[in-house]
Amino acid sequence: MRKDELMEVYRQMRLARVFETRVAEQYMKGRMGGFCHLYTGEEAVAVGAMWHLRPEDYVIGSYRDHAYYVIRGGDPKKCMAELFGHADGCCKGKGGSMHLFDWDVNFLGGYAIVGGMCPLATGLGHAIQYQEQDRVVLCFFGDGATNQGVYHEALNMASLYKLPVIWVCENNRYAIGTSVPRSSAQESMARKAGKAYDMPTAVVDGMDFFKMQSVVERAIARARVGKGPTFIEAKCYRYRGHSMSDPATYRDKAEVKFWQERDPIPRIKAAIQHDFDVPDDEFKAIDRQVTDTVKEAVAFAEAGHELPPERRMDDVYADRHE
Amino acid sequence: MPKLSYREAINQALAEEMRRDDKVVLFGEDVALYEGSFKVTKGLLKEFGADRVFDTPISEAAIVGMATGAAMGGLRPVPELMTVNFAYVAMDQILNHLALMRYMFGGQVTLPVTIRMPGGGGHQLGSQHSHSAEPIFVHTPGLIVVYPATPADAKALLIASIRDDNPVVFLEHEGLYNFEDEVPDDLEPAPLGQAAVVREGADVSIIGYGAMTHVALEAAETLAAEGVAAEVIDLRTLRPWDKQAVAASVSETHRAVVVEECPPACGIAAEVATNIYEMAFDALDAPIERVSGADCPLPYARELEQACIPHAPDVVQAALKALGR
Repeated sequence: MRKDELMEVYRQMRLARVFETRVAEQYMKGRMGGFCHLYTGEEAVAVGAMWHLRPEDYVIGSYRDHAYYVIRGGDPKKCMAELFGHADGCCKGKGGSMHLFDWDVNFLGGYAIVGGMCPLATGLGHAIQYQEQDRVVLCFFGDGATNQGVYHEALNMASLYKLPVIWVCENNRYAIGTSVPRSSAQESMARKAGKAYDMPTAVVDGMDFFKMQSVVERAIARARVGKGPTFIEAKCYRYRGHSMSDPATYRDKAEVKFWQERDPIPRIKAAIQHDFDVPDDEFKAIDRQVTDTVKEAVAFAEAGHELPPERRMDDVYADRHE
Repeated sequence: MPKLSYREAINQALAEEMRRDDKVVLFGEDVALYEGSFKVTKGLLKEFGADRVFDTPISEAAIVGMATGAAMGGLRPVPELMTVNFAYVAMDQILNHLALMRYMFGGQVTLPVTIRMPGGGGHQLGSQHSHSAEPIFVHTPGLIVVYPATPADAKALLIASIRDDNPVVFLEHEGLYNFEDEVPDDLEPAPLGQAAVVREGADVSIIGYGAMTHVALEAAETLAAEGVAAEVIDLRTLRPWDKQAVAASVSETHRAVVVEECPPACGIAAEVATNIYEMAFDALDAPIERVSGADCPLPYARELEQACIPHAPDVVQAALKALGR
């Protein structure tokens, strides 16, 4: 990869990291209500998985979606405003943290029902196949989703019909406080889904951008030429709790430390410096840029306001067709 | 005018819409090769091919989710759930995804999905296969719920449902599939949300839907012989339902009976009756009568099951009660 590409990878990961840090601050200040699930630590999964996507490809995922949104190219201002519940948020404040969505960057949601987005991905794949389009669908979900019934239905059907879906399981080892060994008889996500539904699988270090992008690139290529879905298990770790309300006491301090030593951001920085001998100032310039972008997003969100009560019935239904 | 069965009318609606718009696709369990467990989708695989008419595994939740995702991706899916009873397996996808995604994403998605579901009881199919689940769907903002009583309406309303850009739950009564009636050749799509006065009368308004419309009409015949002129209203669409038409009728007749196949608690009749009280209270000369399915699961035994479903004598009795007799 070229230096400018790698610096862009660094920028995307830093953007996600700083964005989530600011979100946590704003949440603690009472600017946001409800649930707030941060992606901190998992940046290489999203950046790596999306790296080879084209703008017309679809991305769909779970409620841990702020990073998907900004990495996909969504406007951080519209994202922050949505978290604040404001009318200039991407969903006019109707969705909130778990339900981001933006056609402009083909990010098709943020869903709160674990595994619930998987058949939607299958459906998007069907629409692509039927209309003979070139697109692929990237579907993110966690280890917890792999025990949900509809997940199995969705993977089976995508395989059966050879749909262009790339299934990316973010195995961060915990579904809230329940670890994989305590919930999955089959601890290998790849074996549980890949082998079971007769599709190629890969298990990859989700803290390593290079490995992620390489594995997903192959899956995208397969999907685009009609060879069907691929299952990718990305072994990763969230540095924070499941949500802002979770102190994550169920995790061993030594385990957290082990994964913090594999932080994808210092790793990518070290790799870039090793290959291209880039001075620290260049990274700092990106850091400043990212900080400013996120600051701007917060300021934008702060200046906004909610839809007035008389707008509460908007968009329950679409206007009649024909 | 040609006569078609309810089944044939639905089949024609599907075929015509698929000829008209190649974004319309149809899938579900045994809909293609087997031509549908009630033979409603007969001939469609042959005419439109396996890309457009295909069989799915037994995966109701994913059938609905796949339709939702396909709609996001630009298609107009018409999935079939083999019966309304199996919709329970898919309830998260229907109620917690399809119904609310447009709203929660601030209007960014349009989901023109029409889910067809045969339902209703009375054929000794047992408790798990005999539900009238319409209240659950009618209760849910974001859904449109349609329940035709006649072949002409089945065709016209299905066409309208497929053309509508909203999620539609299209209920069909299993007991009506063989019922034949006139269907005009050049049928216009029926407006969703509009009831039909299927029999005029001045003495009492009887409001029903689906198979219960026929029960109401049968009751009206009996009542006529007793000198009571009943007006029968077929709701046709259950959400949104035609409050104006019902209120207007009751304003003239001053008495109302609502007939539903489902059990009474939070049912269609509860909803209709409450609205009549809200809109036409002063016009009423008597409390509204509800004739509902029994408040129990439906049993297998033939006579016992029939005792759990409204019949014409029940409706006659209710109408006479409303008239103070």
